[in-house]
Amino acid sequence: MGYVAVKGGAGAIAAAEELVKYFRLKGRSEPLAAQQIQDQLRLAVDKVMGEAGLYAPFLAALAVKQAEGDLIEASFILRAFCSSQPRRYYTAPAGTGEMEIIRRISAAFKDIPGGQVLGPTRDYTQRLLDFSLAEESREHVEDFLEKFLKDVKPAADFTFPKVIDLLRAEGLLDDEGGPAEELFDITREAVSFPAPRSARLQAMARAETGGLMALAYSSMRGYGSAHPHLGELRVGYLPLKIIHPELKEEVFVGRVLVTEAELITRFAAGEDEQPRFTLGYGLCFGHNELKAISMALLDRTMRAPVPGSPAEDQEFVIYHTDGIEASGFSAHWKLPHYVDFQADLQRLRSAGSRPEGED
Amino acid sequence: MAYNFAFIDENAKREIRRKILKAVAIPGYQAPFGSRELPIARGWGTGGLQITMSLIGPDDVLKVIDQGCDGSVNAVNLRNLLQKTTGVRTAYETRQATLIQSRHRIPEETLTADQIMVLQVPWPEALRSVEPSEARTREMHAEKDYSRMWVYLYEDIVRWGEVTIGFRYPVMVNGRHIMDPSPIPRWDVPRLHMAENLYLFGAGREKRIYAVPPFTQVAPLEFADHPFKTEDFGGRDCFLCGSTDTYLNEMFDSATGRKIYACSDTAFCDRRRAEGRMAEKHAYSQ
Repeated sequence: MGYVAVKGGAGAIAAAEELVKYFRLKGRSEPLAAQQIQDQLRLAVDKVMGEAGLYAPFLAALAVKQAEGDLIEASFILRAFCSSQPRRYYTAPAGTGEMEIIRRISAAFKDIPGGQVLGPTRDYTQRLLDFSLAEESREHVEDFLEKFLKDVKPAADFTFPKVIDLLRAEGLLDDEGGPAEELFDITREAVSFPAPRSARLQAMARAETGGLMALAYSSMRGYGSAHPHLGELRVGYLPLKIIHPELKEEVFVGRVLVTEAELITRFAAGEDEQPRFTLGYGLCFGHNELKAISMALLDRTMRAPVPGSPAEDQEFVIYHTDGIEASGFSAHWKLPHYVDFQADLQRLRSAGSRPEGED
Repeated sequence: MAYNFAFIDENAKREIRRKILKAVAIPGYQAPFGSRELPIARGWGTGGLQITMSLIGPDDVLKVIDQGCDGSVNAVNLRNLLQKTTGVRTAYETRQATLIQSRHRIPEETLTADQIMVLQVPWPEALRSVEPSEARTREMHAEKDYSRMWVYLYEDIVRWGEVTIGFRYPVMVNGRHIMDPSPIPRWDVPRLHMAENLYLFGAGREKRIYAVPPFTQVAPLEFADHPFKTEDFGGRDCFLCGSTDTYLNEMFDSATGRKIYACSDTAFCDRRRAEGRMAEKHAYSQ
């Protein structure tokens, strides 16, 4: 006991860490380069950046490698890294009309200004297991790239007008009140309820994809009455600027890949009693369409004046969809609870007036 | 890349210290704070850690315990993180520590005015068992509307003959706020009352800090005809040090197949043994 136990715990932890490493490497296959993960497990890296709340593709790829592909664990590692870094700037508001598009579709309108751009999607492919990938070699990669790039012509324009601006121009869209003067930052302040929309959107942008999808799906399926139309879904690179502290003017700092979804939902009567559409908005880091759509749907459902289902309840959605908080707490039951259990054991025995059993 | 002293950045520490001051100013009130993500999972002590990280200085002597034990794996892991990022001295002896972080136990030894006790908190809201909504429980605290909590305790007595809450026993702090004392056993609850030391409570996932300042009244919720009771070990003693007035963990001795009891506070137990106090009637099975 005592120091022996201290050393015992420390030794067990060190040994467990070694074992983790052993299980990752015991197959003796080629070590995965973080760059390979960044390039070839693109969507995993995007998910991790989104759920961590840090746009850093290489670091996210490294986290995926370190976590052996467990994406919640990888997001956790990357998000923890953020806390060690001071936050120096907030970017200037960015309009997604300036996005350099790789994909944009509308399900509400057949013909949209700029046209539908299918982009890289698996939506209309058959999900047959591709056995040829098992034999993919360097040569295949080079062959494919050479052939593919030969026929590709650069587009005249990478930016497209926003579909929902059509509705807005016609006055059919409910005014969302415009952006707040100062955005709530959930990473610097504890959120309270009812939460401002900026806090809800930020929380969902960092939320776990599966968690958001489960709640959004519950509303689409029956626990709620969401019936959305996908006004526009776009994926592309969004240029970001900060206000230079000395020059006091906007300075370009880089581009981030984002997915944006705008859902058009049922009527709301404005102050003039005219019926209007309302908009649900979703935006997340990387290419993650399910997350952006789920987020947009929940953005809309959470504006219900009186929550009638889980997806309409702000506290329910915001508190339970953060993957890092939920996974940490769900895993904490593995910690020892000897003391609490002893207290409960005593209470149970005494409440039932059972004999203590033999010593 | 080198990490900052105590991991989190200095701006975050300042904010957390300001929230601690707010919590001290309103004993038992849950002050919201911008909880940072740590390289430790949520639910594993991140609230306590952030308090410790924002308060610790190079001259502090740190003690970290989990369920009363310094050697428990999570305590070792948290201590390693703090030591790696601060280089401070650590202590096993409760009396030597200036800063003690703990999960689910208060050390047996009476703490002094020179010590700060930081407790890790999974559920900061004592009213959560009667009201799931955070917006609503904050209103209940603001209005000191605790009727549902009292009814809950009353119904427990009607059903089971006594209050069945084993740990996390709700307390009234300074006659104003009902507070969750963290999942300490009832045994530890009286130690919060009029203590010489400062108690700080941190809930990282739920983003709340609260405090019991020195010499503050802390009263467990009780009825005149159903007074609060701590655990009763029926005169059993620790099989290692023979103590009969400490919180005991029940274990099975695989060698003899009998139930044995040992102090949950291992530092306290070891010191008693070092002072020559041994259990008389137990033979060591180790």
